[in-house]
Amino acid sequence: MSLVGKPLSPQRRRFLQDSARAAGGCLVAGSLLAYLGRDARALPAEALRPPGAVPEDDFLGACIRCGLCVRDCPYDTLKLAELGVDAVATGTPYFIARDVPCEMCEDIPCVAACPTGALDKGLQDIDDARMGVAVLVDQENCLNFLGLRCDVCYRVCPVIDEAITLELSHNDRSGHHAIFAPTVHADRCTGCGVCEKSCVLPEAAIKVLPARLARGNSAEHYRKGWEEKAEKGGPLVEGIIDLPDRLPGPGADNLATPGGYEPGYNLPGAGQ
Amino acid sequence: MTARTHMPVGHEAREVKGWVGAHRFLLLRRFSQVFFLALFLLGPWFGIWIVKGTLAGSLTLDVLPLTDPFILLQGLVAGHWPEMTALIGGLIVLVAYALIGGRVYCSWVCPINPVTDAAHWLHRRLDLPKGWQPKRSTRLWILATVLIVSALTGVIAWELVNPITMLHRGLVFGMGFVWAMVVAIFVFDLFVARHGWCGHICPVGAFYGLIGAKSLLRVSATNRAACDDCMDCYAVCPENQVISPALKGKPGSSPLILSPDCTTCGRCIDVCSVDVFKLTHRFDDAVVAPPDPAAAPQTRAARPV
Repeated sequence: MSLVGKPLSPQRRRFLQDSARAAGGCLVAGSLLAYLGRDARALPAEALRPPGAVPEDDFLGACIRCGLCVRDCPYDTLKLAELGVDAVATGTPYFIARDVPCEMCEDIPCVAACPTGALDKGLQDIDDARMGVAVLVDQENCLNFLGLRCDVCYRVCPVIDEAITLELSHNDRSGHHAIFAPTVHADRCTGCGVCEKSCVLPEAAIKVLPARLARGNSAEHYRKGWEEKAEKGGPLVEGIIDLPDRLPGPGADNLATPGGYEPGYNLPGAGQ
Repeated sequence: MTARTHMPVGHEAREVKGWVGAHRFLLLRRFSQVFFLALFLLGPWFGIWIVKGTLAGSLTLDVLPLTDPFILLQGLVAGHWPEMTALIGGLIVLVAYALIGGRVYCSWVCPINPVTDAAHWLHRRLDLPKGWQPKRSTRLWILATVLIVSALTGVIAWELVNPITMLHRGLVFGMGFVWAMVVAIFVFDLFVARHGWCGHICPVGAFYGLIGAKSLLRVSATNRAACDDCMDCYAVCPENQVISPALKGKPGSSPLILSPDCTTCGRCIDVCSVDVFKLTHRFDDAVVAPPDPAAAPQTRAARPV
């Protein structure tokens, strides 16, 4: 098409100019909006989503910010983020465990109230909720780690003895006492936050964190030999003969060798 | 400006019909706006739970779900297929506004409307210039942008800034700094752009306009023969480009205001001293026969301010 021979019609020129102007404006406005959207995704670590919430990446596309979950929460745990006050995306529901934890209602009214499925109706049993993971973040201040029997986080846990257990070990400091270490088992912890709320310290030593912060992740190809062996009920590779170790000379940990002795790992009281 | 355009808008209508008669639709609209807001506030303020939720999504009497279809559409393009409750709620709202008129939402329900109405009232009182007037189609461009951003980011994009749901949620749940946003819109409409937000920018209004493009409830310039060119309807109308085709159409053309931009606010009916306009349905294109030329109304004489 030759631009030289035929003069462009002024209407067309006008139309193209207007369209370019509008499209340019939209590009700027759209970029700002997308930027705001990216900021809105940055959920503070202490802000927990209600039970059954879809992953945070999908949540802002699923939640219409109607507040029905907040209305049906019988313990006033949930609240809607307010513009410029809370660092959570405006109008979306969240709770701070240290303020009001989730009481884990059996009928999960917040999930039932959600009209869009941002809180997934697939969550039938509140024990399957994963709002976050409790982490004993400060062993240096935790009273149990200091050798006391505080035990409060363990006692209040709605999934007691499964989500939090007390692990016994020797108190090296006193030399003749025990330490009952509160230990969280992430596969059972719902992230309700009752432990964090109840921690007696001025600043909780156990905190519920979003799973992305609380947990590591083992590499896909890792296998735990002992688990695989237990599952199979025998050695994983057939036909392997466990030959006795033959070390030369007397004094080696080998009974088959003259002068040898029982290997350390078979001695009574050697652990394992 | 001529002395004529300086005349207080609606002055003549007030003299002819009385104050209440000249503010009938305005009063009805304010009542409607307060009524819908009160429904949402009765629960949190007085424990009377008729309606739970916000304008984005609500549950009435524990049975009737309502969802904002524009928010739902953004969620859909963002990649989330909602539960049936939200879909049914969205459909009910969609059908209701498609029937009665999409932008009826703007002038009879939206909580931002009193804010921009107040800005326009003051704008007229201060006799300010109309300022920045982007094309009316700007809001359609913004509507498209919002949907594209939603699709690209997976976030319901307009809810990041939507002053309508923010103000409503602010009143029902907790204000935060939403008041600053409301002040910003007031100032924008007052000093930067007359009818700027609702008339040019807001994609929610654009969306509801599209929904109600073929709606039943319409204002008609039935009695256009009686028009005395006082221009009061143009002065009060938030979308005054919709008036001319109906009011000044050639003989034989429809007197109905069919533009989807019309919010059916009825202010034109209020301020008209000779009752040119009336609220009717879209199939009623009756025109009052032009009276005898001798009896034609006198064009209004200019009066000093």
